[in-house]
Amino acid sequence: MTVEVGTELPELVVRVTRADLVRYAGASGDFNPIHWNDRVATEVGLPGVIAHGMFTMGIAARAVTRWTGDPAALAEYHVRFGRPVVVPDDERGAEVTVRGKVGALLDDGRARVDLTVTSEGEKVLSLARAIVRLA
Amino acid sequence: MALDRELVGRSYPPSAVYEVGRAKIAEFATAIGEDDPVHRDVDAARAAGHPDVIAPPTFAIVVSLEAAFVVLSDPDVGLDYSRVVHGEQKFVHHRAIRAGDRLVATTTIDAARTVAGNDLLTTRVDLATEDGEPVCTATSMLVARGEA
Repeated sequence: MTVEVGTELPELVVRVTRADLVRYAGASGDFNPIHWNDRVATEVGLPGVIAHGMFTMGIAARAVTRWTGDPAALAEYHVRFGRPVVVPDDERGAEVTVRGKVGALLDDGRARVDLTVTSEGEKVLSLARAIVRLA
Repeated sequence: MALDRELVGRSYPPSAVYEVGRAKIAEFATAIGEDDPVHRDVDAARAAGHPDVIAPPTFAIVVSLEAAFVVLSDPDVGLDYSRVVHGEQKFVHHRAIRAGDRLVATTTIDAARTVAGNDLLTTRVDLATEDGEPVCTATSMLVARGEA
């Protein structure tokens, strides 16, 4: 695989429903009710139930690990949660799109991948960067 | 409530050992839709050079979040968890977490400030094996939204 600055990762599109949030809550141990209870979510001023930031971060990592082919090659991963992914209580849920490209080639065969993660056309991560070891 | 700057640098005693299980790794991989066999199939993981199945990179949060609760339950911090949203997250992986790891988490408050009525708290959780091998450093910035 030839990797240079500007090399694009294959796009990843994931549909997120309430059922996915419940499954993630159980798997991660994060049972904050803003991720499954509309009453609590709106009481604290959110538009509705939102996805766990870590769920979005986990999905976005898939675009990177699929591209490198090795989950252990992800050395550093940093995101800033800019805007919540609001997940309506319907079958359609919300769509999350992950795009990425190589932002820099670093020492020791590593590269920095800059991700752009959007939901319904809005950027949800205001920063998302991964440092990967290239094979 | 406003966070006290003197909290910065506060460190908590090491957590109890968290033993990483194959089933938990598989459950987590399924939850984020990750289908790479190195998370489920020991033979596939060994073929890829790992001693056992490895966890997806963000699995570290399972251990680090639980550890960071020690901060949220500190009476000097007193954040209302229902008002907490995740502001920022960073992982530095020294190596992949794998099944059979016996991890100990040490939590430190890296930053605490109040901005426009919101409390911003940054915790750093250092994950190491029981024998002291560094595995992952997980840094979380939590935001407790003010009662506007």
